[in-house]
Amino acid sequence: MNSYTINNLRELEAESIHIIREVAAEFENPVMLYSIGKDSSVMARLAEKAFYPGKVPFPLMHIDSKWKFKEMIEFREQYTKEKGWDLIVYYNKEGFEAGVGPFTHGSKVHTDIMKTKALLQGLDKYKFDAAFGGARRDEEKSRAKERIFSFRDRFHQWDPKNQRPELWNIFNAKVHKGESIRVFPISNWTELDIWQYIRLENIPIVPLYYAKERPIVEIDGNLILADDDRMPEELRKKAKMRKVRFRTLGCYPLTGAIESDADTIEKIVQEMMTVTKSERTTRVIDFDQEGSMEQKKKEGYF
Amino acid sequence: MDIRSFLDQDQKKDLLRLLTAGSVDDGKSTLIGRLLFDSKKIYEDQLAALHRDSKRIGHAGDEIDYALLLDGLKAEREQGITIDVAYRYFSTAKRKFIIADTPGHEQYTRNMVTGASTANLAIILADARHGVITQTKRHTYIVSLLGIRHVVLAVNKMDLVDYDREVFDNICNDYKAFVTQLDIPDITFIPMSALKGDNVVDVSGRMPWYHGKSMLEFLESVHISSDRNFEDMRYPVQYVLRPSLKYRGFASTVFSGVIKKNDEILVLPSRKTSRVKAITTYDGEPDYAYPPQAISITLEDEIDISRGDMIVHPGNLPKIDRHFEAMLVWMDEKPMDPDTHFYIKQTTNTTKAYIDTINYKVDVNTLKKSAADHFLLNEIGRVVITTNKPLFFDPYKKNRNTGAFILIDPVSNNTSAVGMIIDRYNGKNLNLHITGVEKEKIIRGESLVKTKEREKRYNQKGETIWITGLHGSGKNELAYSLERRLFDMGATAVLLDGKSIRSGLSRELDYTTQDRAEHLRRIAHISKLLNSQGIITLCSFISPSENIRNQVADIIGRNNFNLVYMDADIDFCRKNDKYGLYKKADAGDLHYLPGVDVDYDVPAKPDITLDPAQEEENIEIILDYLSSHKIFPIQ
Repeated sequence: MNSYTINNLRELEAESIHIIREVAAEFENPVMLYSIGKDSSVMARLAEKAFYPGKVPFPLMHIDSKWKFKEMIEFREQYTKEKGWDLIVYYNKEGFEAGVGPFTHGSKVHTDIMKTKALLQGLDKYKFDAAFGGARRDEEKSRAKERIFSFRDRFHQWDPKNQRPELWNIFNAKVHKGESIRVFPISNWTELDIWQYIRLENIPIVPLYYAKERPIVEIDGNLILADDDRMPEELRKKAKMRKVRFRTLGCYPLTGAIESDADTIEKIVQEMMTVTKSERTTRVIDFDQEGSMEQKKKEGYF
Repeated sequence: MDIRSFLDQDQKKDLLRLLTAGSVDDGKSTLIGRLLFDSKKIYEDQLAALHRDSKRIGHAGDEIDYALLLDGLKAEREQGITIDVAYRYFSTAKRKFIIADTPGHEQYTRNMVTGASTANLAIILADARHGVITQTKRHTYIVSLLGIRHVVLAVNKMDLVDYDREVFDNICNDYKAFVTQLDIPDITFIPMSALKGDNVVDVSGRMPWYHGKSMLEFLESVHISSDRNFEDMRYPVQYVLRPSLKYRGFASTVFSGVIKKNDEILVLPSRKTSRVKAITTYDGEPDYAYPPQAISITLEDEIDISRGDMIVHPGNLPKIDRHFEAMLVWMDEKPMDPDTHFYIKQTTNTTKAYIDTINYKVDVNTLKKSAADHFLLNEIGRVVITTNKPLFFDPYKKNRNTGAFILIDPVSNNTSAVGMIIDRYNGKNLNLHITGVEKEKIIRGESLVKTKEREKRYNQKGETIWITGLHGSGKNELAYSLERRLFDMGATAVLLDGKSIRSGLSRELDYTTQDRAEHLRRIAHISKLLNSQGIITLCSFISPSENIRNQVADIIGRNNFNLVYMDADIDFCRKNDKYGLYKKADAGDLHYLPGVDVDYDVPAKPDITLDPAQEEENIEIILDYLSSHKIFPIQ
């Protein structure tokens, strides 16, 4: 007797693969945004599965804010080379040359110029008509209502009042020239699903997710990694060794670590289910103002 | 249990997608908040933020306002209502859940339809004090329309009716009486107080007369895997994989049924047959695959297959048709224009479609049917749809995945409507694929091609350029060279002049005033006919009296009539007389020649007056006129 049941991870996996294939079939020039984080790693694996035994028919693009953790860049280079991914690295050259950074310009300006603006420039430069992002609906309140195919106008703007109805697994992929769609194939995954899947599939992730003794400076209650000469020296001098890990990976001074002993995936999951702090709280960006993520999304951020 | 075995256990759980319908007043958000809260999914810091938010804009007094946890977008939070569909996630030891949280008011019917499209189960909330109200019925109807097989009627706020069994029983009976007219196979009733937590997670001691499960227990145990269609194999090709000359795979999701290695298959629309050589996945080559797995397959034979084709078993074909009946939900702010040629997307197929007939619309509150000639936002009704190429489908009731479709507006690209196929529609009843609206038009003698469509194709407006002037004033020279120029520029124009018309159509007519009037009347009607088909007419006729020119303009339509006057004096005309008519008239051999023995009225208000001496310039003047009046070219 054959069994026709499917467990939740495999169901989510199948749904994501279906979405990724729809985009590849219906758009002329898609790209997968790659942030080097755990969600991106899962999304990239799903893309590999979707086109197996063929090659993934679109590139990865990393928007480099020039303030990523060193270990992330190392991981990116090694991972994409090993997997044979076609990788585009884009950064906002003007911003970089003007010396924009979180220490000098604050988190808001830095995020605007080196992340949001850089992303829009990158999308325009290559004329991508669809861009995959690894956002999940359970991450943040305003994301709970996000579509899987999220329509953006010619200026990459998102209008929360004017979203296309999205039913069943039938996705409307029609856009006029210059307009685009942001696609979120792992919309329905939760943080726990991501970890479970990484464990199940043995997906490589940046070592920063695992707990380790690292030099740490405390800034406004956030534990900031001090292994980098982009941090002002007077701050670096205050660093102390603490056993920490990262729940999310953004720009390094904008993402705080948490104290942890979790050095395996099992321990990470255990920690996650007992220690309760939602993941984006370690990202400084969300605290700017209420509804700030919604504002950012209207401007074109993911 | 250690963490490893916990995780091994955890990933085996299945997934239940459920819909909650109800308004803020029903305590829907409180129920969801509690399910999430009590399943320990609301993180500590979200709670901290919640306490802060509640003080400012909360609506629940001193208690925690669970609704604030759920309403995402800022504007909606200020108004205190959930407008869009929001998706929530929670998990228990037994199952994982995705909740589609949808607003309850009638103006948000489309949002509820959206949430229902992916749900296996629906929780419909009723207030114990009010029982089965219009809203309850509306929600139940939508749930049944979207094919949800499991419904829970949560009779909430039992605390406000003293946990009275009779109240509960009465509501259950009312509801049962209502649902007999709908198609919902599995209905469960749970008395509840979301606010006090009765029968939400744990069975409450305050209703000892209730012997059923709590809401959470029920959600954890309801059997859903048999809801999937494992009978009818439908594999609509999504993407063709060609990594090498050796491998040619057809990637897709198994929409329904089971596909096995070595199965004999048939491809639609080509009806070519072959066998499944292998099922390929990143994780190996399974012997069989079933919904909703995403796989790819290779075939024994080389058959030309592309996206939108459907692979099925030869003994079990879907319906293949261009005409079908469906229930349609209008999702667009823009009302339906029944003449639109939409894009239709069904499975992985996209083609054009239009709405043939609107059978009726349904009042979602009373379920009464009434006639309609179009739908407005949130309206639901039964229609007949015709597509450009045949679709491969099953009735939605039998197969949700192959019976669903969306209609996309060809201009705005918005998803204008969504539909659930009832069944094929016998094309014979369509009167050779002519719609009801079209039939009426044909009876009235109206073209099925719209003026706008013609204008778009020809890039011109069908109007008449009527050139008047004495014999020999250069009307024909102008008309003929103009026709040549317009043709070269891509315009579609027809030239009418006295010679061509009098040699046939007006052969029996003379040049008397009466006959001339009849002659011109005929020409005016021809011109009108051509104009209405989008064609520009160049009419070159002496048309001597103001009165007769007015009659012509009235027939053609004043808006389409452009009068050009060749302002030549009689001496010029005599010199330019190639037929020698003036001489004949002078000699008395010819009668009724305007300017000689009949009057020629100089037009009172011509649109253009031309000096016949400057031939080339005159053409440019007319072309300028056509272009500035957007007659040709329009763009």
